[in-house]
Amino acid sequence: MYRSDSPGLSRLLTPILQRHGRDATRLLQILREVQDACHSVPAGAIDLVAAHLDVPRVNVEGVAGFYSFLSAHPAGEYRLLFSGNITDQMLGKDELMQYLCNKLWVEPGRLSEDGLVSVDSTSCTGMCDQGPAALVNGWPLTNLDHNRLDLIAELIRSRKPVADWPPMLFEVADNVHRGDVLLGQPFEPGAAIRATLARGAKETLAEMDKSNLRGRGGAGFKTASKWAFCHAAIAEEEGGVICDVGGQPERFIVCNADEGEPGTFKDRVLLNSHADLVFEGMTVGARVVGASKGFLYLRGEYRYLLQQLEAVLKRRREAGLLGGNILGQTDFSFDIEIHLGAGAYICGEESALIESLEGKRGRPRNRPPFPVTRGYKGRPTVVDNVETFACAARIAENGGAWFASIGTAQSTGTKLLSVSGDVARPGIYEYPFGVTVRQILDDCGAQGRSYAVQVSGPSGTTISWKEFERKIAFEDLPTAGALMVFRHRRDLFQAARNFADFFAHESCGFCTPCRVGTQLQKKILEKIQSGHGTASDLEELKRLGHILKTMSHCGLGSSAANPVLDILEKFPDMYESKLKAFAFEPAFDLDGALETARKITGRDDEWAHL
Amino acid sequence: MSKTITIDGLTVPFRDGQTIMDAALASGVYIPHLCHNPEFKPHGSCKLCTVNVNGRNAASCTMPATEGLQVLNDTAELNDERRALVQMLFVEGNHLCPSCEKSGNCQLQAVAYYLEMMSPHYNHFYPTREVDASHPGILLDRNRCIYCELCVRASRDADGKNVFGLTGRGMATTLIVNSASGRLGDTTLAVTDKAVQVCPTGALMKKGLAYTVPIGRRIFDHHSIKDVQTGGGHE
Ligand SMILES: Cc1cc2nc3c(=O)[nH]c(=O)nc-3n(C[C@H](O)[C@H](O)[C@H](O)COP(=O)(O)O)c2cc1C
Ligand code: SF4
Ligand code: SF4
Ligand code: FES
Repeated sequence: MYRSDSPGLSRLLTPILQRHGRDATRLLQILREVQDACHSVPAGAIDLVAAHLDVPRVNVEGVAGFYSFLSAHPAGEYRLLFSGNITDQMLGKDELMQYLCNKLWVEPGRLSEDGLVSVDSTSCTGMCDQGPAALVNGWPLTNLDHNRLDLIAELIRSRKPVADWPPMLFEVADNVHRGDVLLGQPFEPGAAIRATLARGAKETLAEMDKSNLRGRGGAGFKTASKWAFCHAAIAEEEGGVICDVGGQPERFIVCNADEGEPGTFKDRVLLNSHADLVFEGMTVGARVVGASKGFLYLRGEYRYLLQQLEAVLKRRREAGLLGGNILGQTDFSFDIEIHLGAGAYICGEESALIESLEGKRGRPRNRPPFPVTRGYKGRPTVVDNVETFACAARIAENGGAWFASIGTAQSTGTKLLSVSGDVARPGIYEYPFGVTVRQILDDCGAQGRSYAVQVSGPSGTTISWKEFERKIAFEDLPTAGALMVFRHRRDLFQAARNFADFFAHESCGFCTPCRVGTQLQKKILEKIQSGHGTASDLEELKRLGHILKTMSHCGLGSSAANPVLDILEKFPDMYESKLKAFAFEPAFDLDGALETARKITGRDDEWAHL
Repeated sequence: MSKTITIDGLTVPFRDGQTIMDAALASGVYIPHLCHNPEFKPHGSCKLCTVNVNGRNAASCTMPATEGLQVLNDTAELNDERRALVQMLFVEGNHLCPSCEKSGNCQLQAVAYYLEMMSPHYNHFYPTREVDASHPGILLDRNRCIYCELCVRASRDADGKNVFGLTGRGMATTLIVNSASGRLGDTTLAVTDKAVQVCPTGALMKKGLAYTVPIGRRIFDHHSIKDVQTGGGHE
């Protein structure tokens, strides 16, 4: 164990601390690097970081304990985390993980005796189209099978640095099977900014308004309204109006690339192959609301994209599309900084994301005030999804009427769908809004008879085969982009359990209903799985679902019962076939508990039983 | 004319900047609450104070009052849900009221009485949590912590010390103290600190006072938490 006075630790951390300076908003970024360097965040490092940033030790320890990729205990020189989404499970993840554990002589979740390696599960890593997937020291491994795991075990045993592993293990394909206005058409970097400057900021906002673009991150809020609110917001602190730059409050543009909803991987593809479009959309947004600083909040699982994204930013700066005096415009400066997450689904929620950007625990804020008036550092802030910014760039380039002519009246434009599960061609499909589920299933080669589709991930909606004529649109089936397909004879109860486990694992723990309710939900499903469930447990699930929905602090808790109750409602057999015939069975076996007493007293008569 | 909202049909005045909870308390209307203490910045974590505002649920301790809001508070449905939340708090920790020195002065216990909680309903989690007796004057028993962060807020905002904080996530959330050893005795916490006085449960208690007021003569043994927290009922 490292202590803060150990010279080894201080030598290891000094370059990291110096690189980040004394800015407390860098805390999470610093701790990520500490984890890389020490394979954990040891207590001694917490002391050093707290002293360096001059923040209370509890704050540093609080952040270190919040994020899944930071660990208080050593996680080994090689840390393997298998993606635990239901799609990975359907592709054999549980068996493969056990296979690797056996080969390496480790127990899941435990560090090997020699301190070399640990193997565990993590929430969906966003590789559902090429699973089963895993992360090794944060780098994605795809298409895992026994052969690859044999090779990986060999590489670990021979202590080969991950950087020297064969590149084919880390290949991530885009798998775009249908492109439209975002993915299917070329984009000339700078085109949208030029159009914006030529048209004017106000006029560009008017085009955004005309386009009727709605947020692609899930909630579907009209983007032009959000930008207008942010532009109009007056930042106030107790004691007066804040003026940060030239008599104006500073404003921020934040791109939400947390993409944590299991089954969603479309932002991964946008950032990998269309980063210019995304950064350009952010820059257009900056011009419209008057921001000079932007952030890309990139989920930790996508750290492999960091270097190439930094390269795109650099190229854009050199081309005058980012930085000071953009395209020679002396009153237009805007730059983008990338922050990495560290394994916390809740940080996709916009106010938790802002907390995380500030270097804190990712706890959703109380609202109002909303981020558009009080966001990052208390200043007006726009938080939009990656795809939303890509759309914004296209709108700035081609106009609002053009965009509004695509899709349906209430859901304009196209939607990127991440399709996975029981289909022949998993990957990305871009459709105009209004496409039916059946059309998508036909196009992606849904295997056999499709039975159910999980739309928009665990927090979305489960639909049955009776509903395949429904449309992808805000007015019918809204989605942040995930479509997980289940064929006939899949045990959907396992999907419900997987999703319930996910929410229990990812609950931030701030509010009572979600912190405890997601655990209770998980426990009831475990009870049913083990054959002890009764009809009264189903009633309890409904009651819990109601409390989660109506009492939770944020969207995580309020949607945590969705898949559990949807599957119960639409596929009751999946639950009922596992129930005992009795109406009620306690989780605690009273008669069983008396067994010891019977043994001691040597009784087994009628009165010694319940 | 002052601005008003209605709570269960009763007209309640408020000033700009007040929350629904502030307005209610000022008018002697009781909304069950645990993580709220008027002396500190609203937090919004226990959700006991959830009310229905114009048809939607919201935590009244963090929701700003605005003109004309129609608030439902003392309804059977809300009280059912609040009772479930209290039951959740009871089963996630280890609350053994009969042997707890805070019994009778404990807000968790008192609000459970108020909401007519007859049983914990859910199965107990029986978590393993650490007790810290290292401080000469103060006992920290994490078994009774409900993560209301009142001690965190009081230490930070009133005492200027930052003795407390939370780490972990979800069910693994844990109350931590500001010392490299992790022990309360190694922090700057003083017996006179505000942080020691605000705990609604028996998680943080002064040592040496056990049973100076016998059980049966403690505040909630005689008064409903409703009367105590709205300033009424003290005869
Ligand atoms: C638990 C939770 C997780 C979320 N995760 C994401 C996410 O990964 N990406 C995202 O864009 N929005 C996510 N959101 C929605 C954001 O809070 C926010 O609405 C969105 O970023 C706004 O962008 P938009 O208007 O462009 O959709 C999440 C919301 C919740 C409640
Ligand atoms: S609903 Fe869940 S995730 Fe959201 S604040 Fe409450 S505990 Fe945290
Ligand atoms: S110790 Fe008491 S005041 Fe502090 S968080 Fe726990 S219950 Fe709240
Ligand atoms: S009193 Fe309002 S949430 Fe706790």
